[in-house]
Amino acid sequence: MSTTAVNLPKSGKASFWGSTNGKKVVMAVTGSILFLFVIGHLAGNLQIFEGPAKLNAYGHFLHSIGELLWPVRIVLIISVLLHITATVQLALLKKKARPVRYSRKEAIKSSYASRTMYWSGPIVLAFVIFHLLQFTAGYIHPESQFIEGDVYHNVVAGFSVWWVSVWYIFSICLLGLHLRHGLWSMFQSVGFNHPRHTPILKGAAAIIAVLIVLGYISIPISVLLGIVK
Amino acid sequence: MKLTLKIWRQKGPKDKGQFVDYPVNDVNPEMSMLECLDVLNETLIERGEEPVAFEHDCREGICGSCGFMINGVAHGPMPATTVCQLTMRHFKDGQELVIEPWRASAFPEIKDLIVDRRSFDRIIASGGYVSVSTGNAPDGNTILVGKEIADRAMDAAACIGCGACVAACPNASAALFTGAKIAHLSVLPQGEVERDHRAINMVAQMNTESFGGCTNIGECTGACPKEIPLEVIATMNRDFIRGSWKHRDNEVKTITPMTEWSTGSKLKIDPHATS
Amino acid sequence: MTLDGKLPTGPIEQAWDKARFDLKLVNPANKRKHTIIVVGSGLAGASAAATLGELGYNIKCFCFQDSPRRAHSIAAQGGINAAKNYQNDGDSVYRLFYDTVKGGDFRAREANVYRLAQISVSIIDQCVAQGVPFAREYGGTLTNRSFGGAQVSRTFYARGQTGQQLLLGAYQALERQIQAGTVTMYSRTEMLDLIVIDGKARGIVTRNLVTGEIDTHIGDAVILGTGGYGNVYYLSTNAKGSNVTASWRAHKRGALFANPCYTQIHPTCIPVSGDYQSKLTLMSESLRNDGRIWVPLKKGDKRSPDQIPEAERDYYLERRYPSFGNLVPRDVASRNAKAVCDEGRGVGESGLGVYLDFGDAIKRLGEHTIRERYGNLFDMYQRITDENPYKVPMRIYPAIHYTMGGLWVDYNLQSTIPGLFVLGEANFSDHGANRLGASALMQGLSDGYFIIPYTVGNYLASNKLGKVDASNEEVRSTVSSVRQMTEKLLSIKGKRTVDSFHRELGKIMWDECGMSRTAEGLQRAIGQIRALREEYWQNVNVPGSGDDLNQSLEKAGRVADFFELGELMCTDALERNESCGGHFREEYQTPDGEAQRDDEHYSYVAAWGYQGPGNREELYKEPLEFNYVHPSQRSYK
Repeated sequence: MSTTAVNLPKSGKASFWGSTNGKKVVMAVTGSILFLFVIGHLAGNLQIFEGPAKLNAYGHFLHSIGELLWPVRIVLIISVLLHITATVQLALLKKKARPVRYSRKEAIKSSYASRTMYWSGPIVLAFVIFHLLQFTAGYIHPESQFIEGDVYHNVVAGFSVWWVSVWYIFSICLLGLHLRHGLWSMFQSVGFNHPRHTPILKGAAAIIAVLIVLGYISIPISVLLGIVK
Repeated sequence: MKLTLKIWRQKGPKDKGQFVDYPVNDVNPEMSMLECLDVLNETLIERGEEPVAFEHDCREGICGSCGFMINGVAHGPMPATTVCQLTMRHFKDGQELVIEPWRASAFPEIKDLIVDRRSFDRIIASGGYVSVSTGNAPDGNTILVGKEIADRAMDAAACIGCGACVAACPNASAALFTGAKIAHLSVLPQGEVERDHRAINMVAQMNTESFGGCTNIGECTGACPKEIPLEVIATMNRDFIRGSWKHRDNEVKTITPMTEWSTGSKLKIDPHATS
Repeated sequence: MTLDGKLPTGPIEQAWDKARFDLKLVNPANKRKHTIIVVGSGLAGASAAATLGELGYNIKCFCFQDSPRRAHSIAAQGGINAAKNYQNDGDSVYRLFYDTVKGGDFRAREANVYRLAQISVSIIDQCVAQGVPFAREYGGTLTNRSFGGAQVSRTFYARGQTGQQLLLGAYQALERQIQAGTVTMYSRTEMLDLIVIDGKARGIVTRNLVTGEIDTHIGDAVILGTGGYGNVYYLSTNAKGSNVTASWRAHKRGALFANPCYTQIHPTCIPVSGDYQSKLTLMSESLRNDGRIWVPLKKGDKRSPDQIPEAERDYYLERRYPSFGNLVPRDVASRNAKAVCDEGRGVGESGLGVYLDFGDAIKRLGEHTIRERYGNLFDMYQRITDENPYKVPMRIYPAIHYTMGGLWVDYNLQSTIPGLFVLGEANFSDHGANRLGASALMQGLSDGYFIIPYTVGNYLASNKLGKVDASNEEVRSTVSSVRQMTEKLLSIKGKRTVDSFHRELGKIMWDECGMSRTAEGLQRAIGQIRALREEYWQNVNVPGSGDDLNQSLEKAGRVADFFELGELMCTDALERNESCGGHFREEYQTPDGEAQRDDEHYSYVAAWGYQGPGNREELYKEPLEFNYVHPSQRSYK
C-alpha cells in the first residue's frame, strides 16, 4: 500500500551500541584516550634530546612499574579494538547505504582530513604495528642490532635507515591529519557544538595536530641530520 | 546558450538505468534549471519520446520536492539554492551538466530523477512532534520563550526535507535531517518535556532505515539549501546520550521500512469498509 | 433546490457555542468503527486528519505529493492573524470579524466569519503548544506585525516562512497519528472521483501515481482539503501540482461550486521574464511597508530608473490614495498596477512591471535595517533576477495568488452532497470577494482543528449508513468512468503537449477573466475556451502508459478539469454585473475608477450546479444578510 506507515510500529529495546550515534560516542571516548597516549608518548620521546642517559632511564622507569604499565596497555588495547570495530561497522554501513555510486561527486564543504579518516586510520594502525614490532618487541630492526633496554641506541639506529624514517614521517603526518579531524569531531559526537566555540575548537585541533606532527618527526629528522647521534 | 544535459534515465525501480545525452540549444540564462528541463520535455514529447520525470511542486524553494545532483553537487553549484531557483546564468555556454538522482538505499529509485523519501516521514512519525492533541493548549504567552531560543529553533525548523543532506553525505546519513527536527523541538520549552524519549525513538528509527552513520564530515550542511548548521547533529547526539543514560523503560517503537508502492490489486474494496 | 446554510440564530457572539452544543456526538467506543476519508494534506487536510485521528476515528489521508509535508500551504510567507490583542492596540474578535467582512467586500457570511475570528485565538495557542517557532520579543512573549492594510498589529509569524512552520506543525501531528495507527497515509495517490451512494458521499476512487493502480476507498464521510484553483491561469503563485480535480469531480457528482469568479491577484510578484516561464514567484506583501511604488510619468520611458529624476516619476498609489498610500489592499494595488501598464508606462523589457523602490527607505533607515527586515526576500529577488535591489528598484507585477471561490458549504462545512465536507481554500466560505493578508492560514487551520471535528461527528451520529462493497453498482460505474477517462486521454496521441494547451487556456483566462473583466471579453473567452477544449480532446498528446509513473497523464486529467472550470468562472463573472473585491468588471466602476458594488441585486452567493457535459450550469442563489457589519463603499483614500 502506498503509505508511509502501513507497517504498525514494533516495540524493541533501545540500544546504545546498536545505533550509529552510540558507536560514534564510543569512538570519541576511545579516540580521546588514544590521543592522551599520543601526548604522553611524545613527552617521553622528546627526552631523546636530553641525551641517552635520560631517555634510557625513562625507559627503565616505565618497565619498573609493571603493575601500572599493564592496566594502561590493556586500556589502550581495548580502546584500539573498540575504535576499530566501530569504524569497520560504520564503513560497512556506508557501503550498504549507497550501493549505486555517483558518476561524479564533488566535495564542497568538508575538510580533506574528514573525508580521509577511513584510510588515514588503517595506515596509522599498520604503522603502529610496525612501530611496536620495531621498538618494543625488536622483531624488525633492519641493518642493526636491537639492544633490549638501550632505547637511545635503538632509536638512533632505527632512524638512520632512510626508509624507516620516511615511513615514520609519512605515518605521523597521517596521524596528524587524523587528529586534525578527530580532535574536534569527538566533541561533536558527544554533543558539544556551539557556533562561537566550535570554530575555536577546530582551530585548536589543527594547531595541536601540527604540533604533534612536528614533535614526533623532529626525532627522525634530527637523526638523519646527525643532530642526534 | 547551448548546453549538453547528461541525464540519468531509468524506467522504474527494477530497470538498470543509464545516462542519456540531450543537447539543448536555446537555453535562456534567466530560466531556472527546472524550466530548462520543462523545455527539454516539451521537445521530447513532440518527438514522441518519454519526458524526463523529475519531482517538483512549489518552485520557490520551500516545499522540498525538487532536487538532484548537478555535476556531483546536490542542488547544483549555488549555495542555499534549490534546483527550482537555480537560474541557468550560473552555467557557461557549451557546458555539460551531469544530472543524477539522489543515490541512497534509504531513497529507492522510482523513475528517472524521482526517488522515494518516505524514510524521512517515518523518522518524523517516530517522535518528531510534541505530543499535544488539539484543544489541550494553554494561552500562547503562558510559557515564555526567549528570542534567542526561538531563533535557534527556527534555524533548525527551516529544514524542507528535500534529502540533499543524505545525497551529499559520503555515508548517506540522515543525521542532519533527524538532528534538525530534534534540535527544533528540544530547545523549545514545549518540546523539552519529551526530549529524551523523542531522541531515543527518532535515532532508533533513523538506524532502522538503511541510512549510513554520521562521521561529522559536514558535506550535508554545505549542500543544505536552508543552511541547517552541523550544530543540530550535536544536539541530537547530546539528547540521545542524555536519554540513553536516563530513561527507565528501555523501550522504543520503530516502523519497518517499506519500499513497495503497489496496493496489490487493481480493484479491491477496502477491508475496513464500514458497517 | 434551496440552499440551506444552516446558519445559527441568535446573537452572533454565542452562535458557535450554541451550535456546538446542538451538534450530536459519537460515542467514543464507536468512533473507531467509522472510516473518514481526508483528501489533501495541507493546513486544512492535515489538521483535520490529525485531530480526527486523535479523537479515535479511523482515518485515511491522501495526497498526490510524495509526502504530506509538501502541500502548498508550506509556501505561505507572511503570517497568520489572530485577535489576541497582545499589542494592546484595540484589537478584538469583533474587530477581526469586522475587518474580514469589510475586506471581503461584503460578500461573505457573517456567522462564518465571526466564528473564524473567535477560533483564531485558539489556533495560535495550539500551534505554540506544537512547537511552532513563532517570532518572539526579547522578553519571551509572542510578537506581531501589521499586515495588509489592517489598523492593528495582529499577525503572528515565523520569519518569512509562517506557512511552512504551521504546516510542519500539522504534519507532525498527522505523523504522530500515523504512528499511533489511527491514520493511514496514502501519498502519491490522487483522488479522481467521488463515490456517491444513495445521495451520500461514501468514498473515492484514486489513482496510485507510482503504479497506476485505480483503487476505491470506502468510508462514512469524505473531507476535501484540496486547495484552490489558481492554476487555471497556468501562471500563478500556486505550486505546479495545485489543481481543482478533486473539487471539480465532486462538483460533477452534485456538489455546488460557489463564487468561482472570485480570484485574488497579489500585487507584489516577480514579473514574467519569458515564454518558458513555469510559475510566478511571490514577494511578501510586507515589502510595501517600506518600498515606494512608481512608474515613469511619460509613456515608453526606457531610461534606467536612476536616470529618471524625481519630478518625472509617478508614485501613483501615494497620489491616488493619500491616506493608505502604498498599503492599500491587494485588489486595489493590483488593479492600479495593471492600469498604469495598460497606459504604456510599465517598466522592464516586457512593459509589464512597476518599480518597488527602497531608495528612500535605505536613505532614511540605512541599508542595515532594510537588510534585517527583508534580507531573505532581497536575496531571493537577486537570485531570480540577478539584480541587486539595494541598488536598483525591484520590478514587480501582480499575479494570481488565491481563489476565494470553491465548493459551496453550509455552516457545518458540508457541501450539497451529504457526507462530503470541504475545508480551507477548497471551500468558498469565509473570505467573500477578497481575502485579507494572513487570513488563509487562519481559515485552513480553523476548519481543520476546530470545526470539522464537531460537525463531522454530528453527521455520523445522525445518519445510519449501510455497508458498501465491491459489487455496488455505483462503485463499479464510478471506477469505470475513471478508467475510461484515463484511457481516453492516453489514446488521443495528438500533436500538442498538455502544457501548450494549459498555457493557452491560462492566457485566455488572464486576459479576459483576470484583473479586470468585461461582458464582451468574458463572452469571447467562453467561446475560445470551448473551442480549445474541443481541440484538446482531439489533439492532445499524452505519452507513456497508465501503468506507471506518468506525469503527463497526471497533468492531462487536471487540465481537462481546468477547461470546464475556466468556462464556469467566465460564466459566473458574466452573471455578476457588479464589481466587488477581486472581481472587477470595467462596466461597473465609480467615476474615479473604484469598484462599484451592487448590493441591491448581487448580495448573494452564486452557487453553480453541474448539468452534464457541455451544458450551461444552473445558478442557485444564497442571499447574504448583514446584521452586524453594514455594507458600505470601501474607501482607502
